[in-house]
Formats: sequence, structure tokens, C-alpha cells
Amino acid sequence: MRSDVPDPLHDPLHDPLAGELAALASDAPGTLLDRIVARRVQVPAPLGQVRVAFTDHGVAYLRAGLDKEEFTAAFRQRFARPLLPADRPPAGLLPALRDGRLGALPLDLRGLSDFEAAVLRAAAAIPRGQTRPYAWVARQAGRPKAVRAVGTALGRNPVPLLIPCHRVTRSDGAVGQYIFGAGAKERLLRQENVNLDEVAALAAGGVYFLGSDTTRIVCYPTCADARRITPAHRQGFRTLDAARAAGYRPCHHCRPGLTA
Amino acid sequence: MDEVAAHVVTALTGDLDHGFTVLYDAYRGAVFSTALRLCGRWAEAEDLSAEAFLRAYRALTGYDTDRIGELRPRAWLLTILMNLWRNSLRSAARKPPPGPLDAAPDPADPAEGVEAAAARHETGRELAGLLAGLPEAQRAAVVLRHVADLPVAEIATVLAMPEGTVKSHISRGLARLRTMHTKGAPDAF
Repeated sequence: MRSDVPDPLHDPLHDPLAGELAALASDAPGTLLDRIVARRVQVPAPLGQVRVAFTDHGVAYLRAGLDKEEFTAAFRQRFARPLLPADRPPAGLLPALRDGRLGALPLDLRGLSDFEAAVLRAAAAIPRGQTRPYAWVARQAGRPKAVRAVGTALGRNPVPLLIPCHRVTRSDGAVGQYIFGAGAKERLLRQENVNLDEVAALAAGGVYFLGSDTTRIVCYPTCADARRITPAHRQGFRTLDAARAAGYRPCHHCRPGLTA
Repeated sequence: MDEVAAHVVTALTGDLDHGFTVLYDAYRGAVFSTALRLCGRWAEAEDLSAEAFLRAYRALTGYDTDRIGELRPRAWLLTILMNLWRNSLRSAARKPPPGPLDAAPDPADPAEGVEAAAARHETGRELAGLLAGLPEAQRAAVVLRHVADLPVAEIATVLAMPEGTVKSHISRGLARLRTMHTKGAPDAF
């Protein structure tokens, strides 16, 4: 049966319900776009200019030596998220790069495996001016035998410099590989006043741990506590077991004795 | 294709990341309004909209120029949103029931009087609540037609059903809203 009442589908202006429904339309909140896209900036860093991408969760990606197009392509390949220019760097980024300390700067580490995240958390805990062996990171990350996998995970570090993977070095005194090249790694460590020559000389003499015969505490050679030991009281050890056998206990700061 | 869609498609065939911002600006209102009135909660609507746009971007990274050229961007985006919403309903059905509806803040119109704004706000809240009581298909059809203002043919594409079925969902949905409203309050629409 046909009705003479206008069909609300074709005459929404005369249907109050349709009018009320139309009034339920709402523009998207201003914060929505930054939940979807990442932003990019170019900033100064110890190795020269770097490009940095960040989301509303924190800094997600940092790379040196790529132009804008290469950086955007690499970011898209890895994160599959739009990347737009930012007006300014996120708060805390410049001081974190300048001082080699993260401070309160948030990082966006979504998309990493549990192991990769554990490796990066361990590396992030190494203080400026100090180094730790790959095996130490493997133990900290809960997989003491996965030393090679640590190297791979550090090589995929999305935020080098901010997470200081350059402070993870080979125990034989060589600096080892780095995302930006071994030369860059050595320059960074020297800028942080790591005495690489002394570490290499000790390693050449079979010394990988330093202890103080007054405190009977044994450290990694770059630990701040090891650097305070006066030469007269300094004792070198090849292994931690040798130090323990001599009555030394592992340092609580650089934690050479951590076992998984 | 309408002018907006043609502009969006042209932008997307150029620089993808810039094109995405054009797509976002053209349809953020339609996507967010639809999400908000489908799920009824502001925070959930933001999650749903962000996820829909992100999935759209990820799909676009795999499309060639021809595929992008054939896009009907609004219907395509809303189809992605609809699938996400249906999936969220399915997973929500396995979780404990959520709390009361959030009060979605309505932007104030300075030209509108205080009383009129209050009345509109009250009607809006009540109506938004009633929409949640509609069966899924009717709610989707009514929201797409009257909140997002899509033509019936486009809704048929989004919901993957014949136009006749879309029309019948819309008119049944509206009839049901009127009935629910009459039961709840004396002044009918």
C-alpha cells in the first residue's frame, strides 16, 4: 500500500529524526592524526646530523647518513606508518643526544621481539663512558648463550645513540661492529672518554677484569669504580672465577658476576 | 567519482605520505562519526578510527597506480572501518560487558542559545544511546545514511548488500528508533 507521507529517505529535511541523526556527526579529535602517523626531524648528534622519527609513544627510529627520501623509505619498510615532517623535535631529544643519557625521553619500541627488547633494555643501562661485553648483554637479556643473537639484535637497534649499543664491545678489546660502522663506534667511545687503548692493552695481556686489593671488589675495566683504583692496588684477572678464587666479589654497579 | 574523491586519488598516486594526509583530511569526519555512533564510546571510536586509517595506509603501500586509480576512497575506508567494528563486536562478546556509555563531548556552537544547545545535547545523548539498541545491520545502515550522509548505493558497497536490503535496514532502523524513543519519552520525533 502506498502512503502519502513523504519517505524520510528522500526528504530528510522534513524528518526531525533524520535531522537529529545528522547532528550526531562529529569531526575527529585533533589528536587522532598523531595516533596514526609518525613525525620526522633532522637534528645534530655526536656523529653529525641524524634523522629521527617519533610517534605519540616516543622516539621510534634514528638513522645517520640517509637523505629524506631514503630515511622515509627505510621507515616505511620497517614500520608501515605514514611519516610527516614535524615542527620541532620532541622534548628531551636534543639533550639526550648531546649528553648520551636518555633522561625522561620516551621511546616507542613496539614491534620488537621480546628478546630484542630485552637486549636493548640491557644496552640502555650501560652508563656513558663505559663498555660491556656482548656476553654480559646476553646474560642480562636472560639468554646467556645467545651471544651472536645479541649482536644481531643490536645491529637492528631502531634508536642507536639513544640506546647506546655502541657501548657493547668485544671482550678481546676490539670495539666490534656497529650500525654506523666500526670507525664511528670507536670515535663515539673516545668522545665519551673510554680509554680504548688501555682496555686493548689489558686484553692483550690476558686481563679482562680489574679488582682492588683493598676493597676486594672486581669490575669490568671501564667501570667507574675500576677507574678509581690506584695503580698500586690494582689487580688484573683473566676470568671472574680466578678473581673469586682470590677472594674478590663482583661489583654491584657493572655486575660482571650476573648469572642468568 | 565526486571532486573530493578525485582529488584524494590524485594525491595518493603522487607522494604516498602526503597523499595520506589528503585522504585523512577529506574523510576523518565521516570515519570518526561513523565509528563513534557505531560503538558509542569516544575512546573506542578513536582506537577504531586510528586503526582503520593505519590499515588503509598499509594496504596503499602495496597498491600500484592502477589499483589506486580505481579506488572509491570513502566507501573503501568505511568498509575497512566496518570490518574492524564487526571484529571488535565479536571479541567484545567474549569479554565482560562494558561500563555505561561515555558522554561524547559535543562542540558548542556560539550562535546557538544556551537552552537550544542543552536541548540538542540531551536529544543527541538520548539518540546516541538508542542507536546502540539497534541490531547490528540496522545500526550500520542508519549511521552510514543519516550520520555519515552516504548515498544508498555507496552504503550497499560498504555493507556488501543489495540497495533494496540497505533501504529496508534503514527504514526498519528508523521505525525502531521512533518506537524506542516513544517508549522512553512522551515527545516523539
